[in-house]
Amino acid sequence: MGFLDISNVTKSYGKTEVLHRVDIGVEEGEFLVLVGPSGCGKSTLLNMIAGLEDITGGDISIRGRVMNGVHPSKRNIAMVFQSYALYPNMTVGQNMTFGLEMHGVPKPERDKALTEVAALLQLDKLLDRKPGQLSGGQRQRVAMGRALVREPDVFLFDEPLSNLDAKLRVDMRTEIKKLHAKLKTTIVYVTHDQIEALTLSTRIAVMNDGYVQQLGTPKEVYDTPANIFVATFMGSPAMNIIPAQVAMQDGAPHAVLTNAAGETVQLRFSQENMVDWVGRDILLGLRPEALTDPEGADRKSQNIAALSNPVAVAEPAGSDTFVTMTLGGRDVIARLRADTSVTPGTSFDFAVNMEKAVAFDPETERRIPA
Amino acid sequence: MSGATQSTAVSTGRITRTLIYLVLLLFALFYLLPFFVMVVNSLKPLDEITGGNMMSLPQTWTIQPWLQAWSSAQIGVEPTGLRPYFLNSLLMVVPAVAISTGLGAINGYVLTKWRFRGDNIIFGLLLFSCFIPFQIVLIPMATILGKLGIAGSIPGLVLVHVVYGVGFTTLYYRNYYAAFPTELVRAAMIDGAGFFRIFWRILLPVSGPITVVSVIWQFTNVWNDFLFGASFGGQSQPMTVALNNLVSSSTGVKEYNVHFAGAILAALPTLLVYIVAGRYFVRGLMAGSVKG
Repeated sequence: MGFLDISNVTKSYGKTEVLHRVDIGVEEGEFLVLVGPSGCGKSTLLNMIAGLEDITGGDISIRGRVMNGVHPSKRNIAMVFQSYALYPNMTVGQNMTFGLEMHGVPKPERDKALTEVAALLQLDKLLDRKPGQLSGGQRQRVAMGRALVREPDVFLFDEPLSNLDAKLRVDMRTEIKKLHAKLKTTIVYVTHDQIEALTLSTRIAVMNDGYVQQLGTPKEVYDTPANIFVATFMGSPAMNIIPAQVAMQDGAPHAVLTNAAGETVQLRFSQENMVDWVGRDILLGLRPEALTDPEGADRKSQNIAALSNPVAVAEPAGSDTFVTMTLGGRDVIARLRADTSVTPGTSFDFAVNMEKAVAFDPETERRIPA
Repeated sequence: MSGATQSTAVSTGRITRTLIYLVLLLFALFYLLPFFVMVVNSLKPLDEITGGNMMSLPQTWTIQPWLQAWSSAQIGVEPTGLRPYFLNSLLMVVPAVAISTGLGAINGYVLTKWRFRGDNIIFGLLLFSCFIPFQIVLIPMATILGKLGIAGSIPGLVLVHVVYGVGFTTLYYRNYYAAFPTELVRAAMIDGAGFFRIFWRILLPVSGPITVVSVIWQFTNVWNDFLFGASFGGQSQPMTVALNNLVSSSTGVKEYNVHFAGAILAALPTLLVYIVAGRYFVRGLMAGSVKG
């Protein structure tokens, strides 16, 4: 039994079920990120943990106590909202201690908690300001401070960074991560940004259409995605999905595909069990960084295959150069070192890290387990 | 070249501006003229009005008509002046405005932040009350007031005005609170604030503009109402009914100067409310539609 248990939880509006049998156990101190496109049910799930939405079926329990039907204020949770939801008529200090005041905490204790959290978040000088006089980043910190003073069992974050500009978002991301490392609090964090999910979490639940598609550590989700949805949703640029056949060559299973020049290319699988798929179609999943120039290839990899293919477009992005080309009839993106010289229209010799390649069943779109 | 166009632009700007101000001035005069006539004639002895020009300034200034209208003019059969009726109006308008505004605020809060099944139908029905003509409800209203035992009294008038006002005040507050972020209410719920605490601590403090709108609207309507006052006033008739009794009495000499003074007295409170709170009025009316 975990610290926060979501077991068999469903949610319906009338006859439409929007969340289907969600099962997630969160350990104390874990940072769980719910990630998915809009409408996938991640915010609904968060609101159900908070008690802002009713649970149609299943149980949610915190510290072993079933929370179904318990009022939000009695769940010992705190929530940071996307719009920060700071009370506009109160000062920063009043905003942060409002919850304590409502829970009947005496003034001296409130002030003590406020001073501690304000120091932690560097809000000391802003305590007498109104939210309207703060910048976006400061408001964000106040919203987190308001959650922190309560010392709740679980912190709930609802897309807290999506209202910030790109640079501030990266800074705040690091700050949240630092805060979590320091305070070891249990956090459930909702975002649609896969980078936030990968960088912040200890575990990720990738959601789509009301189903948890995959629950695992960032590495698991990134390296061994459960299906094509997870593979293409997580990571930027997205994982390349290339139609291929499996054939035996020199006693090992190979992926056979056609390059942009119409030539057949064979790439040896690292996974022995691909033998079972000989003669059948698969979808080969290759991350852009597994498709690179020979000098940039992973030196530790045991299985680097050579691939020659005409380049369609080269996009230097400063730290990397992205190359778009056709492989197996699909557009494919490769990630090359920044100073690799590639000329669009000419052929280039790529190195494919087949150790990192994954294969999907084209019918179920699930990953073929290694 | 560019200098020439610029100076042309400036001078056309000046001409248009002058024209606009002229038109505005004209309209201001047009609207102020009746008020001017009222003020000027309320400060003249009666013979100056009957014998001379209505528009001219008084030859002998006097506040006698004002005193007379206030405390000794014949209202119906009693020579009480408008004073007791002014008091009636105040006793009616203050609770009527306060109660209808308060109810409207709570209705708006519930209809936007505590949604329930059929809330829109309830809101629609409440809106209906804004469009029902007064005359239709006179007889049923009289029956109800009689059954409640408050016919012909100030509480009866307060009830009538609250019932009629709640539709409008609900509309105002509902539209105002619809633009208020629901996340704030949710945050307060998690913080442990209850239904009334959220209303009192989170919503009301930011409801200033719409409260001004609601108060002005209700104050003007209730104060200026004649029909309900005349129908249900009984022994506690409001100012408007008394003014009518003063002005349209059919016996004796028509004391126009007293009538003018009385009319101004009757209009003074609404005028005051507009002057004091008028600039918030427009601001509040806009606040519901455009967030900011």
